[in-house]
Amino acid sequence: MGKRRLSNNIRKLRFERDEMTQQALAEQVGVTRQTIVAIEKGKYSPSLELAFRIALAFGVPLESVFTYEPEDPEEDAQ
Amino acid sequence: MSYQERRALVSLVSSVLITVAYFAYMSQRYPDAGDYSPEIFRFWGGAILLLIPVSIVARIIIYILFSIINTVATNEDEPSFADERDKLVELKSLQIALYVFSLGFVAAMVAIVLKNPPSVMFIILIGAGLLSDMVSEFLQFYFYRRGV
Repeated sequence: MGKRRLSNNIRKLRFERDEMTQQALAEQVGVTRQTIVAIEKGKYSPSLELAFRIALAFGVPLESVFTYEPEDPEEDAQ
Repeated sequence: MSYQERRALVSLVSSVLITVAYFAYMSQRYPDAGDYSPEIFRFWGGAILLLIPVSIVARIIIYILFSIINTVATNEDEPSFADERDKLVELKSLQIALYVFSLGFVAAMVAIVLKNPPSVMFIILIGAGLLSDMVSEFLQFYFYRRGV
């Protein structure tokens, strides 16, 4: 199995919502600000529940926040 | 460096300092008795039992000082709760630390089987405890820094 990457648009979505702070988002979804920082930097892949809570906080579908892509698409297709 | 990373480093350093300072002090009270004397067992039993409250009190004092210094230096409040990432980091680091201590326990038993004095077994057990604590704190720092 190839290595996969979970990327996200949280920074962009926060910007589009009047520069929502990381702290405000963290409070809304029930985690610490440091966890939002780690998710934005791609250092932590959130649980499915937290991912949905973040999407709900922005009012967008999950796939608009997180993108799951393999490093080797051919290998993923097998 | 995040609050959690700083806290893990402070825990790592304080674990080493507390244990080394405590046993440096206790070594002066080591009984002048035979290797297999009941006095030796009583000494090690008492030393390990006393280490628990000493360690708890010392850590509380160190954490209070760290919290004050951190707030003054960074103007950032410490997180008021542990979320899913904190729990995952703690779980992973504790799991590996448990393996380290288990290896130390086996090494201590091997030392006894090889006819070493009981003090060697206790020293290996305490060393394994300290090492597993250090591994746990270092891994917490690593997982917070590099990702989990």
